[in-house]
Amino acid sequence: MSAAAAPRGARRWRSRAARAGLVLAALGFMALFLLLPLAAVFAEALRQGARAFLAAIAQPEAGAAIRLTLLVAAIAVPLNLVFGVAAAWAMTRFEFPGKALLGALIDLPFSVSPVIAGLVYVLLFGAQGWFGPWLAAHGLQVIFAVPGLVLATVFVTLPFVARELIPLMQAQGGEEEEAARTLGANGWQMFFRVTLPNIRWALLYGVLLCNARAMGEFGAVSVVSGHIRGLTTTMPLEVEMRYNEYDYVGAFAVASLLALLALVTLAAKSLLEWRYGHEIAARATGARR
Amino acid sequence: MTIELARLSRRFAGFAALDEVNLAIAPGEFVALLGPSGSGKTTLLRILAGLDYPDAGTVTQDGRDLLAVDARARKVGLVFQHYALFRHLTVTENVAFGLRVRPRRVRPSRAEIAARVDKLLRRVQLDGLGDRYPSQLSGGQRQRVALARALAVEPDLLLLDEPFGALDAQVRVALRRWLRHLHEELGLTTVFVTHDQEEALELADRVVVMNRGRIEQVGTPEAIYQQPATPFVCEFIGKANRLTLRRRNGALYAGPLRLDADPWPAPQEGAALAYVRPEHLALSATALEDGWPARLRHVYLSGSIAHLELEVEALGQVLEAEMGGEEAQRRGLHPGMTLTVQPRALTAFPLDPASGEPEAAARRTLRPHYGQATVARWR
Repeated sequence: MSAAAAPRGARRWRSRAARAGLVLAALGFMALFLLLPLAAVFAEALRQGARAFLAAIAQPEAGAAIRLTLLVAAIAVPLNLVFGVAAAWAMTRFEFPGKALLGALIDLPFSVSPVIAGLVYVLLFGAQGWFGPWLAAHGLQVIFAVPGLVLATVFVTLPFVARELIPLMQAQGGEEEEAARTLGANGWQMFFRVTLPNIRWALLYGVLLCNARAMGEFGAVSVVSGHIRGLTTTMPLEVEMRYNEYDYVGAFAVASLLALLALVTLAAKSLLEWRYGHEIAARATGARR
Repeated sequence: MTIELARLSRRFAGFAALDEVNLAIAPGEFVALLGPSGSGKTTLLRILAGLDYPDAGTVTQDGRDLLAVDARARKVGLVFQHYALFRHLTVTENVAFGLRVRPRRVRPSRAEIAARVDKLLRRVQLDGLGDRYPSQLSGGQRQRVALARALAVEPDLLLLDEPFGALDAQVRVALRRWLRHLHEELGLTTVFVTHDQEEALELADRVVVMNRGRIEQVGTPEAIYQQPATPFVCEFIGKANRLTLRRRNGALYAGPLRLDADPWPAPQEGAALAYVRPEHLALSATALEDGWPARLRHVYLSGSIAHLELEVEALGQVLEAEMGGEEAQRRGLHPGMTLTVQPRALTAFPLDPASGEPEAAARRTLRPHYGQATVARWR
């Protein structure tokens, strides 16, 4: 029988059933693939009790890994904040040759495997690399050292801020900035009094995402790290090394810390979305031009 | 403070937004830049504001090169079409912006700024709304905030981009009158861009009609309407019926009707283009010799005006005429009736025999003299 011939009640029931089915499927999928593993991380970390967990974290290597992760994020995130704002500004306020190329380049880290990014840096700055001899001659070490970790992280997290800002700034247009200029504002006044307040929440959102990725990055960092315990192992690398050494509690203890950082980020992101969603999602406000 | 634009040109990828534009704006003048979209009027405004730069030409203010002055130092107030209010600032903060960003040595004190903002808000009739955000205001209110913000920096020149474009018809008319009064009070040189001829003709001291990056005509609203200089102005301003005239034996003919002696030098043959406004078509219910017989196809009554659609076989075209609605009723005009149509005033351009283009420089206003008997009987 066609749907039109079916009685109203039956049709309504069917649409409700479909809705419930879809919601259940989505939730079940999420539980299976996201919540369960997350719960398993914490369960595994605490399997031998809180004492073992704390002992695993108290190891000096764990502290070093946490400090290194925070250091790398503290350098890479501000760099990408500045670059992201600059790139979004250039992309939305100016016409210049190579604009399409810049847009494509911003997306490059999304499409290139992080391992390749890491290998490229080894090729460029490693001992046998293009700039290796020059760097060695000047006593600089990039690969298997903190600078390499920062470079790899910057590469991987480069699109986050710019991609968040470009659609918003496109939708807002440049008229407020032009108005500020005709009212006598100089470049900095225009930026800090008009541009920045208009993009602040989207910027914060982009920074949060960028930070989450910077702390969690594994592939690119793994290639350039050299896995020198206590010196060049970030938290994700520390987790892997402990796991490979059959130190499951230790691995999951560090992993749970990393997961906790992710959860805090997620909470902050949700709070932002809930409070300032309309200012972040340029897609909803629609482009004026 | 006379502003002079000389041979101003601006090209965007493939098309000329401004093409050798010359214009002088006198102190205290209220000038309208009128034209269809893409005619270059907004580009001209943006160049005056310092937000865009010409590829060639000069802009001077009392002999001083204005193009060398950065937008922020030009003392130009610009009101954007969509107002461009700072959405994260209150009305008061928006208006105070231009004063607060001044370098410390020329910045008024906090109290002084507050007093000036208050005064401006009263002037634009927004007192009491200072704590609102732009999103909490109506379109007309936003526009007045934008105006107050532009006036706060005490500009030498006020620029308005489609100032009424985004408003309802009713608010538009009220705000138009108010802006005219404000201009009379302040005496500030003002240039505004519009595509709405009614707005331009009602508000401005002088109207600059633009088309495809060129100035077609500059003049008072009366001159623009009554003595349109080019075929474009004839068609763009008001309504006009377009006729093709024949030049023969020293006279001008529209169909069989002899309008006037040929006003142009030899060779007095070929064709001419003429425009006649609907209100310059006189109608008679009695058949007359000096006129075109016509069949009344439709009468559209819009408010107090009756628009008449006349089919003129002698010309092979339909003409539009106008008269008062009451008069149309009194004379019992109805579709299907036969009338005689007489053009009383026309604007005519000879067509260049070689190119077939109308020659704007040779424009003539024709006021045909018909036989005495005809005119007597007409009344």
